[in-house]
Amino acid sequence: MVAAQDGRIAQEPPPSDAALAVRGLTVSYGEKPAVFSVDATFPAKTMSAIIGPNGAGKSTLLKAALGVIPRLSGEILVFGKPIDQARDRIAYVPQRASVDWDFPTTVLDVVQMGLYRKVGLLGRLSGAMAARARDCLARVGMQDFAHRQIGQLSGGQQQRVFLARALAQDADLYLLDEPFAGVDAATERAIIDVLKTLQSEGKAVVAVHHDLSTVRDYFDHVFLINVRRIAEGPVATTFTAETLQATYGGRLAATHLDELAVAGGAQ
Amino acid sequence: MSPFFEALLLQAGYNAALVAIGAALLGFAAGSSGTFLFLRKRALVSDAVAHATLPGVGLAFIVMVSLGGDGRSLLGLLLGSALTAWIGLLTIEWITRRTRLAEDAAIGAVLGVFFGIGIVLLTVIQSMSAGRQAGLESFLLGSTAGMLFQDAVVIAVGGSLTVFATWLLRRPMTLVAFDGDYAAALGYDVRRIDLLMMGLVMAVTVIGLKLVGLILIVAMLIIPAVTARFWTERSGRVIWVAGAVGGLSGYLGAVLSASAPALPTGPIIVLVAAVLFVVSLLFAPGRGVLAAVLRHRSFQARVHRRQGLLALAAQHPIREAYTLRLLAREGLVRPDGVPTEAGRAQAAKVARDERRWDVAREIHQDAGLTGRYDGVTPIEEVFTADEITEFDRRLGPPTAVGGA
Amino acid sequence: MGAEFVQFSLTPILIGTLAAIACALPGNFLILRRQALIGDAISHVVLPGIVVAFLLTGVVAAIPMLLGAAGAAVVAVILIEAVKRLGGIEPGAAMGVVFTTMFAAGVLILEQSDTSRVHLDVEHALMGNLESLIWFRADGWGSLLDPVALASLPDELPRIAIVCAMVVALTVLFWRWLKISTFDEGFAEALGIPSAAVGFGLVLTAAVAAVAAFDAVGSIIVIAMFICPPAAARLMTNRLERQVWWSVAFATLSAVLGYVLAGYGPLWFGATHAVSAAGMIAVVSGAILGLACLFGPHRSRIGIGRQDAA
Repeated sequence: MVAAQDGRIAQEPPPSDAALAVRGLTVSYGEKPAVFSVDATFPAKTMSAIIGPNGAGKSTLLKAALGVIPRLSGEILVFGKPIDQARDRIAYVPQRASVDWDFPTTVLDVVQMGLYRKVGLLGRLSGAMAARARDCLARVGMQDFAHRQIGQLSGGQQQRVFLARALAQDADLYLLDEPFAGVDAATERAIIDVLKTLQSEGKAVVAVHHDLSTVRDYFDHVFLINVRRIAEGPVATTFTAETLQATYGGRLAATHLDELAVAGGAQ
Repeated sequence: MSPFFEALLLQAGYNAALVAIGAALLGFAAGSSGTFLFLRKRALVSDAVAHATLPGVGLAFIVMVSLGGDGRSLLGLLLGSALTAWIGLLTIEWITRRTRLAEDAAIGAVLGVFFGIGIVLLTVIQSMSAGRQAGLESFLLGSTAGMLFQDAVVIAVGGSLTVFATWLLRRPMTLVAFDGDYAAALGYDVRRIDLLMMGLVMAVTVIGLKLVGLILIVAMLIIPAVTARFWTERSGRVIWVAGAVGGLSGYLGAVLSASAPALPTGPIIVLVAAVLFVVSLLFAPGRGVLAAVLRHRSFQARVHRRQGLLALAAQHPIREAYTLRLLAREGLVRPDGVPTEAGRAQAAKVARDERRWDVAREIHQDAGLTGRYDGVTPIEEVFTADEITEFDRRLGPPTAVGGA
Repeated sequence: MGAEFVQFSLTPILIGTLAAIACALPGNFLILRRQALIGDAISHVVLPGIVVAFLLTGVVAAIPMLLGAAGAAVVAVILIEAVKRLGGIEPGAAMGVVFTTMFAAGVLILEQSDTSRVHLDVEHALMGNLESLIWFRADGWGSLLDPVALASLPDELPRIAIVCAMVVALTVLFWRWLKISTFDEGFAEALGIPSAAVGFGLVLTAAVAAVAAFDAVGSIIVIAMFICPPAAARLMTNRLERQVWWSVAFATLSAVLGYVLAGYGPLWFGATHAVSAAGMIAVVSGAILGLACLFGPHRSRIGIGRQDAA
């Protein structure tokens, strides 16, 4: 706590025990900020969801936090350290649609990409590592597809492969961009099981999420965004009709809010 | 009168005048038809088309010689080049439709292989009638030196015809270039129009062969279109601006080339177009680099200024040096980061605007309007004065920031 | 196949093969990145590069010209990137603007300067001259062990051999980075891999390969070497590793068969003169691609493409 001067109260520095802390982040495509002056704190050992309408800057926030897209201003801390000193502790699951699934490679190959940072440029992929990659595939139920070309997979299977690749990274913070978009119910179940297991092992999970009806079941912590931060905190206290209305505007209120309030009340 | 002005005023001989007029017409046709390609994001298809003319030139020569002609009839050579260019086009379409290869690979493959066939044919010609092939190489780089009167006529007439065809086809092509699905919904045969568009590009290429050569004709199809894009956002107008840029480059290039020795027509025309492009890239209002840099700087300043004021309003310290400098320059904070009276007032206004937005989101059912929030757009630009008064009524009286 | 073969055909075949392989290797990644046409752009600016190098040095020497061509390629790549970013122009059009302008400038400078005294003509640079790269001193296979004869090998051979070895080494060394940043750029950057630098390095390598290959096969036919063997290879397999091997095989086959057909083919038809070997190499590579398009086991799209998945 910095001493207050001249009547001002200084902001506390970002908590160093947070898995991911974002301060004053602004990202802009051209002349329109997609994310404006956002502060966000995602606690460790917690399942967090980033929620907001389409075009509200959810994925942008995630990618800027990873340093994958440039930011206009702001500071990113991962477990209290700048992103470049903490890359080994982050695993990333990009949007499925962001890659060319016609690429000539196999399922096992893609999972092994998660090990590239560990093995370096020329380091041999040891037997133990290859076994780990297979093990990660097994954790998402894809062990029998190891040698398939990735283009032959269903959407849900592709998402599982991406999750297996992130598991292979063996990180402490998992960042997922719309992991449930366009996947089948069985895959959604399988993915959430894996994520819950990660959480029970003490890892932090942050996912961009768009299905409001499952937020209460899947996550403990929410971050509501619509270009700027609307609200953040535990699901129980923060995921309310008021914050949702502030995030989505009137339109959502008419259709979903009652339903969600009922679902919330039933818990 | 200097040679340049003589040529400019079409006084430098009958051939030179015809070539200048032909180059202007060709430039116009190339610029406007190239625009359709550019807008379809297929600019480099023209490169493949151009290179695919070479085997046609060779084949036509061989056929004409074996039929007893002398093989140098420009019309015959152009017909041959049109034939292989068309085959090249169909090959690109076939590869992209039937295999997993993307269009860029198909373009490159057709370009390289057809050019290779052309080179093989040129060596065949060299061996079959040494000396008589003279002039075929000029199709690579174009040459107006020693051009016959009838060649100049072919260029002038061909240029006029392509301009006419562009004008005739402008509506369906504009429609397809901007929104293929919409055109299909209106009942247009998109594939047919695409092929017509390519046919026009091919005609321009073939007519331009003698004048600028097969490698540089590509420039006349691409550069004017790209240049025009800097000057207008309006769909229909791009085509005519591109035509004008192309026509001007063609005319000026031909004139410059005629006014001095060792100034080959093709490269000069291309370089004139390139100069127009660079000027547009740098100085065009709106899309030009200079305008964009100025806009970005003011935008960045706006973002930082507002973030700074928000921090003041929330009584947070300002972390970034740039923000601090910006606010200090406006007299909103003291150098040590403490807000001045004016800074407090501004911060209060900004904080109030944020709360007005909160109210707006609550009471407005229209996501389109509230969705315009991006942090920097003033609320006065989105809502009317009486709407804002209504927000204020709900918010209660203003509060001061800091020190209060 | 004796003394005559060693003297007249061995070195051109070797040079053609090495050039084809040096181009095909980076070509694999360019195609997967939808950047196949950067090879087109690079190969067109080779001409202005060598013309400027000649103007600056005043001599027709291999090294300055290669440096000039490589310099022009780098300038072109930077300009393309600048036009793309500054003007918001799509990549194809940006390439078209840059390389045609540079090519025009090259031709203009060439016409302006007095080049009649040098053996530097546009057609050579455009069409290549593989046939002239013969081994004068060779008088049979034994010459391969004769230091005097070896010293008279055409300079192009060691040059392209070095470049080819370099391309192979870079491909092996950066294999993982190339693969992952081509497949999933965002993930690569999240791993801390400098994707942008990998992309630039790839283009630079392609430029060096194009420059080293142009005096053998000519600057335009280089495009066919970049694209046809890897494109055909893509239709043969769904594994990147195997695709690369296929592309090397196709490149070699194109070079050898193309040279043989150019040299001996016309004789079979009763003609007395050989045809352009460089052109024939491109034709053979095109024929291989055509066959792969018709019969390649993995020729059709089955996966969910980038667009469909969105």
